[in-house]
Amino acid sequence: MVDEPRIGVYVCHCGRNIAGVVNVAEVAEYASKLPGVVVARDYMFMCSQGGQQLIQDDIRKYRLNRIVVASCSPNLHEKTFRRAAKGAGLNPYNVHMANIREQVAWVTEDPEEATEKAKALVRGAVERVKHHEPLEEKKVPVKDKVLIVGAGIAGISAALVCANAGKTVYLVEKEPSIGGMMARFDKTFPTLDCASCILTPKMNEVASHPNIKLLTYSEVVDVEGYVGNFKVKIRKKPRYIKEDLCIGCGDCVEACVFKNPRFYPKPDEWSLGLKRRKPIYIPFPQAVPRVAVIDPEACVYLKYGKCAQTCVKACSRNAIDFTQKEEIIDVEVGAIILATGYKTLDLRKLPQYGYGKYPNVYSAPEVEVLLNASGPTGGEVVLRDGRKPESIAIIHCVGSRDEKYKKYCSRICCMAALKLAHLLHERTGAEIYEFYIDMRAFGKGYEEFYRRVAGEGVHLIRGKVSEITDAALTPEEEGKLIVRVEDTLAGAIRRIPVDMVVLMPALEPAVGSRELAKLFGVSVDENSWFMERHPKLAPVASLTDGVFLAGCAQGPKDIPDSVMQAEGAAGQALALIDKGYVELEPNIAYVDEEKCSGCRICVGLCPFGAIEFDEERGKARIVEALCKGCGTCAASCPSAAIQQNLFKDQQVMAEIKGVLAAMRGG
Amino acid sequence: MDEAKTDGFKPNIVAIVCNWCTYIAADTAGVARMKYSPYVRIVRVMCSGRVDPQMVLWAFRHGADGVLICGCHPGDCHYKEGNYKAYRRYILLKRMVKQMGIDERRLRLEWISAGEAPRVKEVFNSFAEEIRSLGPLKLPVEAGSHE
Amino acid sequence: MSEGKPKIALYWCASCGGCEEAVVDLAEDLLKIAEKVDIVFWPVAIDAKKEDLEKLRDGEILVSFINGAIRLSEHEEMVKLLRRKSKLIVAYGSCSYMGGILSLANLYPREEILRYVAMEAPTVENPGETMFKEKTMINGVELELPRFLEKARPLDEIVEVDYYIPGCPPTPQVTLKAIETLLSGNLPPRGSVIGASDKSLCNECPLNSTKPEKLLVKKYKRLTHAEIDPEKCLLAQGIPCLGPVTRGGCNALCIKAGMPCTGCFGPLDGVVDYGGKAVSYLASILDVPPEKDAVLKALEGLPDPVGYLYKYSLAKSLLFRKRAER
Repeated sequence: MVDEPRIGVYVCHCGRNIAGVVNVAEVAEYASKLPGVVVARDYMFMCSQGGQQLIQDDIRKYRLNRIVVASCSPNLHEKTFRRAAKGAGLNPYNVHMANIREQVAWVTEDPEEATEKAKALVRGAVERVKHHEPLEEKKVPVKDKVLIVGAGIAGISAALVCANAGKTVYLVEKEPSIGGMMARFDKTFPTLDCASCILTPKMNEVASHPNIKLLTYSEVVDVEGYVGNFKVKIRKKPRYIKEDLCIGCGDCVEACVFKNPRFYPKPDEWSLGLKRRKPIYIPFPQAVPRVAVIDPEACVYLKYGKCAQTCVKACSRNAIDFTQKEEIIDVEVGAIILATGYKTLDLRKLPQYGYGKYPNVYSAPEVEVLLNASGPTGGEVVLRDGRKPESIAIIHCVGSRDEKYKKYCSRICCMAALKLAHLLHERTGAEIYEFYIDMRAFGKGYEEFYRRVAGEGVHLIRGKVSEITDAALTPEEEGKLIVRVEDTLAGAIRRIPVDMVVLMPALEPAVGSRELAKLFGVSVDENSWFMERHPKLAPVASLTDGVFLAGCAQGPKDIPDSVMQAEGAAGQALALIDKGYVELEPNIAYVDEEKCSGCRICVGLCPFGAIEFDEERGKARIVEALCKGCGTCAASCPSAAIQQNLFKDQQVMAEIKGVLAAMRGG
Repeated sequence: MDEAKTDGFKPNIVAIVCNWCTYIAADTAGVARMKYSPYVRIVRVMCSGRVDPQMVLWAFRHGADGVLICGCHPGDCHYKEGNYKAYRRYILLKRMVKQMGIDERRLRLEWISAGEAPRVKEVFNSFAEEIRSLGPLKLPVEAGSHE
Repeated sequence: MSEGKPKIALYWCASCGGCEEAVVDLAEDLLKIAEKVDIVFWPVAIDAKKEDLEKLRDGEILVSFINGAIRLSEHEEMVKLLRRKSKLIVAYGSCSYMGGILSLANLYPREEILRYVAMEAPTVENPGETMFKEKTMINGVELELPRFLEKARPLDEIVEVDYYIPGCPPTPQVTLKAIETLLSGNLPPRGSVIGASDKSLCNECPLNSTKPEKLLVKKYKRLTHAEIDPEKCLLAQGIPCLGPVTRGGCNALCIKAGMPCTGCFGPLDGVVDYGGKAVSYLASILDVPPEKDAVLKALEGLPDPVGYLYKYSLAKSLLFRKRAER
């Protein structure tokens, strides 16, 4: 204990949230009798202006030197109460919170048990805070650059906001072109405006923006540092094309030794495999950068070292360079925005729908590509056998809202399905059947869009499709795909024969997002989406300071929401950077030199290499800038010479003793 | 286990949990109003790597009938590998407390990620139930013999 | 006996006699000390009885050095008497300080120990199952044996202790340094460990400088099963040396003899539980995958954690000591 503790305890009602279960008056009364507590009160909303004022007045009136606030999670209001204490001249780190809302009131059935548990947590906090001592916040300057990972519509939108604010943006995209999923769409709901008409200008703006350093065909491989000062390693894969020389004329692609489309070596990524591509290719006509790329796994020369190299001869700019190597680029940034998007559920996991078995069962993204004027059919909807479909079934919620696959609603499918219904009908004149569970039309203009498409003669059938089969029972079913469904409005089991089936697959996090989460130290939720700090109050921040989230990486979203979140993330990043400095939580470890025996146990244990050994003095030393505050060294130091601020041995043990003392009726 | 020993027994349980995973999951469990055993008291550390075996022994000494350590799943540690250190200590510590006459089930380590709120409920409940069935801990200092 | 010289007493409780040897090992230095002090009570060496002790005024003895753990009612009785007669009580040696090796017996109930000793030990033949008795009548005379207590206790759980001198046994150097401190008049805070270092053994270990930059261990080995290089840090070679967690001051005698530190000087200030802290660093530096089998395999060289990590201090461990706080 540093000084004689004079503790103020504040028990929050949080309206009825806490007080509805916990007897807050009893908890305050209990706290008032604990040794060291000078004043204990309960109050309706501690986080309100009045609640904070109460603390500040008491600090002055009672010369309080420690504060315990028993209310919600410190993740919500720790900063609020630290600031309040600071405002009254108290060191903000002499404040500690007991989480009696999330950990007590909301999770405990029995009011008596809840009250007892609240007392225990308060007692723990009181005992702990006695061992708190003033700490200095460390102010660290912030790098005024931003890293954005993923250049779909979210990443692009965020990049433009940051760049327009005058900040340097590193926009990293793992594909050879930016644009993401949206670049595959022909039209967007609910306005049915042309996707590429709205996206392409933005892509070009990115390409030409002086503040944006575009790194396509690149991936982040390492992240070090902390908020305001991230050091990031980016691996740029070789394109075997000099980006600065290539003008995207396509002569090389034309000249490639592969001539027969049937024997092109690789399925075309952008077309989702609906056509094949050459080893040298430009991903799609509007690609940015509009630069060719050579696939080393397919290129005859790169694979076998022998080829006529017709491409090299065709290139008037001498842009082809088979000697290109991967490049590691180091950048330092102050803020990071993750906009890595989504992928669609592998439809082979739902064999009852016949995807992969029946050629005329398509995924929605494939149909988007089919409809796209830049797609393999030039926007014409034809089946794999060249026929034009006369009847089409569109099936909602494939893997979404399904206990067996994804419990959540993928949010975009209802509207996307209506859009596809409209477009498919427009292009083919086919009868369209839509199978939905509930029609969710929550966005601006969505309900109107639903009514519009419904009015266009689409057959809307409410029911979950049980099976797609080609086993015909009647002559008219011959050669068709039969959709088996219980029509819950008609109350009948139906079989509907169609030529084409479109599945609306659930969205799931993009490939590699787990690894990315580890790399950036962000948490993921139960479905592996990046987790926001708070679903309502901090939907753009991740749990890691300085890392923000945009678009579908955080959860399924449509384009308007993705752009909104992206621009919000950009705003957050700019706010961080423009402040110029960050205050770091001082929970780093330190070595008490008086006690350090020089045994070197700690040195090899630090995952961040933050511990140095001073050979001359025989002491370990913690490099503050590298310490991230995990406390592993403190736990392991056999001399008890390493302690972690805010998590010192005495503090944690006092808390443990405190919560237990109360339980024992103390 | 005889009825008399556990009947009406409210176990005292301390859960020392990582700030980045289980603490968040517990917050989410709260927001989702999942109900679970009131006998588990959470003490937060920044990483399960901060959990010093002394803390566990300290908890037993000060009246804990069970101690739970919760951290990030292997490979997911916010600090790369603090959870591995926690795990290695846990294995040795478990052997040691068992030798000291404490049923090793009274010490448990679980990985609960930030997204696994339902697991908080599941783990807390199952641990509380296990400790309830084991009855109050008799410390070696009070007990004449092994548990 | 001159009146001016400070009086000191030495006493042994449950001990092996090593601490007494250690005092004798002071050799000529013992004579120098004897010049400065009056040894009024020392059952091993001088003929003085309990009655002689009782005759002294309360507080008349300056320092009593008591070794051994408290395991018999006789020990209790004697140390309480010595406490009354002495200004300062010094717990001398690991048993008195922390319970010592014989407090490992606290893992077993008293009755089990007595039964084993009386009937089950391989060297015992006791077909009549005769058991120890505290009171026995022989030829009309009642003979009394001291009671074997429930647990072996460190001295400070029976009487207040002013200072501790660690070691099994304390080395002559440590003993001399402690006596110098006590006679200097410049006394450290009550409850201090005296005569030893305030750093761990590594600080004075000649092999400390041979540690690799990152001290990680793939597997612990038992000394008897390992081929070791006596010129290199034993811990780095996988021998579970307790030097890092043990108070120094012994001059690394065991290490110099090719043996790992087994912890007889006990923990440093600030360590709450010696065994707990030992678990922490020994397990932390293991460089094996975090899987149960891998960790257990790496720990095969530590088959008896309590016996190894609390070899001298079980009675002082958090789970066994009487007072939770220190």
